[in-house]
Amino acid sequence: MRLERASLVCAHCTARIGGRPLLSAVRLSVSLWPSPRRLNSDVASTRPFRVAIVGSGPAGFYAASRLLAKQQSAVVDMYEKLPVPFGLARYGVAPDHPEVKNCEEKFTEVASSPRFNFVGNVDLGNDLPLSSLKPHYDAILFAYGSSKDKELGIPGEQALRSVYSARAFVGWYNGLPEHRDLEPDLTSGEDAVIVGQGNVALDVARILLSDVDALRSTDIADYALQTLSKSRIKRVRVVGRRGPLQVAFTIKEARELLKLPSVSFDPIPGNIMPPESVISALPRAQKRLMQLLAKGSTNDPKTATKSWSLDFLLAPECLHWSPMYPYHLSHAKFSRNELDPSDPYNPSSKVSPKLMSSGKRAQVNIPASVFFRSVGYKSLPLPGLEDLGIQFDANRGVIPNDGFGRVTSLSNSGEPQQLPDGSLISTVPGLYCAGWVKRGPTGVIASTMTDAFTTADAIVRDLADSHNSLLHAPGQSSGLGWDGVRDEAEARGLRATSWQDWERIDAAERECGQKKGKVRDKFGRVQEMLDVILK
Amino acid sequence: MAGGNPVQSAQNPPAVVASPALVHGVCTVFPRSHYTAEARINVSFIDKDGTRIDLQVAEGDNLLDIAQANDLEMEGACGGSCACSTCHVVVEDPDMFDKMEEPSDDENDMLDLAFGLTETSRLGCQVLMNKELDGLVVRLPAMTRNLQASDFEGK
Repeated sequence: MRLERASLVCAHCTARIGGRPLLSAVRLSVSLWPSPRRLNSDVASTRPFRVAIVGSGPAGFYAASRLLAKQQSAVVDMYEKLPVPFGLARYGVAPDHPEVKNCEEKFTEVASSPRFNFVGNVDLGNDLPLSSLKPHYDAILFAYGSSKDKELGIPGEQALRSVYSARAFVGWYNGLPEHRDLEPDLTSGEDAVIVGQGNVALDVARILLSDVDALRSTDIADYALQTLSKSRIKRVRVVGRRGPLQVAFTIKEARELLKLPSVSFDPIPGNIMPPESVISALPRAQKRLMQLLAKGSTNDPKTATKSWSLDFLLAPECLHWSPMYPYHLSHAKFSRNELDPSDPYNPSSKVSPKLMSSGKRAQVNIPASVFFRSVGYKSLPLPGLEDLGIQFDANRGVIPNDGFGRVTSLSNSGEPQQLPDGSLISTVPGLYCAGWVKRGPTGVIASTMTDAFTTADAIVRDLADSHNSLLHAPGQSSGLGWDGVRDEAEARGLRATSWQDWERIDAAERECGQKKGKVRDKFGRVQEMLDVILK
Repeated sequence: MAGGNPVQSAQNPPAVVASPALVHGVCTVFPRSHYTAEARINVSFIDKDGTRIDLQVAEGDNLLDIAQANDLEMEGACGGSCACSTCHVVVEDPDMFDKMEEPSDDENDMLDLAFGLTETSRLGCQVLMNKELDGLVVRLPAMTRNLQASDFEGK
């Protein structure tokens, strides 16, 4: 919603808020730059500044939004491997958090710019090499997020049944084609164990514990509703390796679970919970979270139909199947940890294995009919990154960058740049990153927004300040963007989807949903999406 | 989103009515839809460049809608439903902060995640203007962070 812009403003304010005078002033100054900057001013004044953004999630869209607003010569082509946009806003945000998906309205507004093109259904690096893009762009921004999740590395984890990655489960109930056929088994028992204590773990717990009728009007996948309606899960344990002060989830998600109707919460044992004197001295956010956890839920365990708990100081060891029903998971074995006895309630305290008097590690079996791992996501290198001079940091799971989103080169082969701390690093001209592939898979949409704005600002600043911030030397880039790439994509048999195509898919999903009393009914398969636009 | 550094326009200034003591950065901007409303409440925003923008608004408007209607650099990622922290504002005067209704648990939960949280932080979408708050001044925290030492870890 946007209210009408006021017309009665002074010149200064028109310049700073109104848009046009400001923009013309910027354009003027760009074209008047002296000769050492001719390369960039050439782009700014004679043809559009062509940017490819890889990935159409929040990071890509917020970067596009900022770039289009601050660089009037910028034309953005946004590449997405699925036919449809929005990444984790569509496929990661829980269906019962529709308000978080409101950011899609902003993204839709961004996409309405004549300087924005959506290129969906093109899996860069796999269907189309990244090197095909390079000749046609002045800059490429990677915002493709995290395509995998971290594994525990314990025996039994790779079982095809009853053991799932939380990422796959979230994708499954959100209608992500990649996990359309997961079909989790929620009927072989009543106990679910989730390893990991972040927001994804709590999302999984909430979906398992929610009354399925409360989810019916959301955009949760229909097949997921059917499976969840048959679920026998009554008890969910969310297990962490460390203590309460080290949980990664945020307070909103915890509060939501504690308020879930007919679901009780097992109080956290007093010897694990930090004492009140420690809690009251914590920084605000942590203090409020600890106070909430200490207070627990007001739902009476006697009348509750389901329950959940947070279990601390347990490291997963292995999984066990029932001797009688070999397809039924029976329990998970954990080793006990203990807080550092010298400083147990320091948030940065390490934990150590708890040993019995015999010297053996203390262990515990926790009943589990279904088991989820939820210990974080992981970005992978896009095939062909190295052809562009990017050495993916596999350890940290990020594209190496200078913190502002400029891709840096470990081999010092790129453009040297001085950092505020005085050190010199070399950046690879014209290459940028934003979002989880830039800073690792943590944070909420607000953090990704801030991060994407930082990268977009860096691009704008480079274009204005630096004499060599583009992918190519003057005259070496075709400047055609998608128009230059399209022929090769089509020759490879790719059928790219446009924003108009997405609008048709969107309308079809909403229409299907309306018939079922839902916001939308997502197509769970790529072919179903394409059928809408090809018919 | 069209904000940025104040730039002196070379164009002729448009006609200005009202405020006799007009100075740069201080003028009356309000949505046309409110133009004829009677109750006018003063509210000022200080943007991240330190520029102060004085506005007159109607009772019941929230700070996010006001900021967006006036093209101030404030995002409302969740559309003003108290589900993110992108419309974080800092109330300049603690006494004015105390005049406001207490933030709800939900709002405090979101503020916990805000960059640069202060003792007088609020979410813009949750602050509804009323006559009590006439003269309110709020600051928009810098949205893009500065580079920190942690950014160089492992490099």
